[in-house]
Amino acid sequence: MFKILEKKMLNPTICKMVVEAPRIAKAALPGQFLIVRADEPGERIPLTISDYDREKGTVTIVIQPIGASTRSMVNDFEAGDSFADVAGPLGNPSEFVKMSPEELAKQKVVFIAGGLGTAPVYPQAKWLHEHGVSVDVIIGARTKDLLIYEEEFKPVVDNLYMCTDDGSYGFKGVGTARLEALVAEGKTYTQAVAIGPMIMMKFSVLTCKKLNIPIWVSMNTLMVDGTGMCGACRLSVGGVTKFACVDGPEFDGYLVDFDEAMRRSAQYKAEEGLANGSK
Amino acid sequence: MAANRIPRVPVREQDPKVRAHNFEEVCYGYNKEEAMLEASRCLHCKNPRCVASCPVGVKIPDFIELVAAGDFAGAAAKIAEDSSLPAVCGRVCPQETQCEGSCVLGVKFEPVSIGKLERFVADWTFAQGEKAVEAPKCGGKKVAIIGSGPAGLACAYDLAKMGYDVTIFEALHKAGGVLEYGIPEFRLPKEKVLKRELQDVIAAGVKIETDVIIGRTVTIDTLMDQEGFEAVFVGTGAGLPKFMGIPGENFNGVFSANEFLTRNNLMKAFRDDYRTPIHAGQKVCVVGGGNVAMDAARTALRLGAETTIVYRRTEVELPARKEEVHHAKEEGIDFQMLTNPVEIMGDEKGWVRALKCVRMELGEPDESGRRSPVVIPGSEFEIPTETVIMALGTSPNPLIARTTPGVESNKRGCLVADEAGATTRPGVFAGGDAVTGAATVILAMGAGRKAAAAIDEYLKNK
Repeated sequence: MFKILEKKMLNPTICKMVVEAPRIAKAALPGQFLIVRADEPGERIPLTISDYDREKGTVTIVIQPIGASTRSMVNDFEAGDSFADVAGPLGNPSEFVKMSPEELAKQKVVFIAGGLGTAPVYPQAKWLHEHGVSVDVIIGARTKDLLIYEEEFKPVVDNLYMCTDDGSYGFKGVGTARLEALVAEGKTYTQAVAIGPMIMMKFSVLTCKKLNIPIWVSMNTLMVDGTGMCGACRLSVGGVTKFACVDGPEFDGYLVDFDEAMRRSAQYKAEEGLANGSK
Repeated sequence: MAANRIPRVPVREQDPKVRAHNFEEVCYGYNKEEAMLEASRCLHCKNPRCVASCPVGVKIPDFIELVAAGDFAGAAAKIAEDSSLPAVCGRVCPQETQCEGSCVLGVKFEPVSIGKLERFVADWTFAQGEKAVEAPKCGGKKVAIIGSGPAGLACAYDLAKMGYDVTIFEALHKAGGVLEYGIPEFRLPKEKVLKRELQDVIAAGVKIETDVIIGRTVTIDTLMDQEGFEAVFVGTGAGLPKFMGIPGENFNGVFSANEFLTRNNLMKAFRDDYRTPIHAGQKVCVVGGGNVAMDAARTALRLGAETTIVYRRTEVELPARKEEVHHAKEEGIDFQMLTNPVEIMGDEKGWVRALKCVRMELGEPDESGRRSPVVIPGSEFEIPTETVIMALGTSPNPLIARTTPGVESNKRGCLVADEAGATTRPGVFAGGDAVTGAATVILAMGAGRKAAAAIDEYLKNK
């Protein structure tokens, strides 16, 4: 059992939890994910690691209720309760982690974060900041109430740019528009990373192509085991089938077939509709 | 005694029409009288070929003699000398190519129903309630077992009985490996059979830690350098699914058998009280001819789909157990033999609408001795279907090889190990599908037992 030490609603739907998982905390690196199965009837849900504390033996996850299992995780579990299973860290760490200090020193990185994807940007930005790399983060949401992690990011970034679609806070417009504006102002970046809804990542890639900035995207596909066993997470990258769980989750955004990935993500929508209603 | 005059005692089974709609076990097994009668058919050969062809060397005529005499506890003890999972093996072993396949009675008559007798003994033992187990010996050297499938369980059980301090690390949330995620309830009941077998392994002193992915959560180096494990056995199986590489494989509605079966078995999608979604639809095509293909097809059928198995050779070459093929046919599964998919056709929304196939004929035998199928030109046709399940075999997960310096794998991704299970790194042993590629439960158990003996030898001399 994996005890929930802390639970906090970050906005009306997104929930942050700090969970005791010493083995995972010890091994986790930015960019990796874990699988949570809340209780016996629950699904195995892949969640990107939003933070880890090796000393305390904890990992932080951020959950948005989408299906029956994620809704139960948010609604039925409080601090002090335990999840049945937390497994990980899974997937490959971010490319930055593998870079030499010389390579890292050359980087000027911009993150484009959207929705739930804002949280997993945090450990990457923090890691880069700790390694002396210049980091800008653009966080986008529909409206002010939905923005998360602003305070957390402030100490670990060079510049933080908040955007809302309706202009209720920060820049009025989507994250990619903010990036275009920044580049127009003369900002240069060696690497972009987008984490968020697939549609947002798709448009981030289009923008980065236009701006000639390489971009990595973190593919939050369907998964069952998360270890390469089921193939539910397969996606086309440069015309080749890859498994997000073992080959990713981060891929070169220029090469990802987003339309296929979005279609595949909706594969169990009909069945999930049933589960939401009856189970 | 005229053993050969008694016909093989048939085993009672659930009516095919009824069982096509439920996940209850197909076969009811023998009762005492049936088992004793069947046991009386054994000729007690001087050189029992059945024992020689059992990968773990169960003393078959000896246990059968005890069954015939009504000493079922004695029979159980006799089997336990060599096998830790008799209730599983009695159900899922390919007896027709092993013990029963070499039974002398089978030359002229039908072989002794060895699998059903083994199952009877195991089930009888369960029915007696908790076994009085010898208190586990403690204080031995620490051994880590990676993977709780048949290889790992057999290795762990033997080592624990020798007095070692054994911990199994399992990546998934439940122990059992392929017995849990792969083989369906109707062939291997989880609560009634698998759980009991696991309890016996735990009772022997084996600890099982789930949710630990070796190579990710912790490496073999860490286990050996920091956690005090003096030897490691890798029994991680062959878990990676294969796809055909034909156009359309990423359409919605194309699944690996692993995904389909894992959702249904491990994640219990067939039960209303679990939240796991599964997609079968009205019409399912399963590609492949092994046990996994049969399991996937019969699962789809039970979920309400009209189901077709597509296989590129003939029924003779089907690698599945005969009993599974027979059961699948009885249940109404359509078999399209000498048929090979060339493309998956999708609709405008990206969902599968048909499986485009060609007809095949058998040509010359290939290196495996099987006649290779050759395409009949111009034979293309479409099978309308909502779902395609690929059951083409699996290969080992490369995670251990990639994260364990000194442990080598071959070009098929299998770990390199000698007969006894020693890998290229001292102290690290391996066996089962991780070494051989996808094979059978009993071969994996055999490899686990051999490795246990080799680990004992290694640690004694260390």
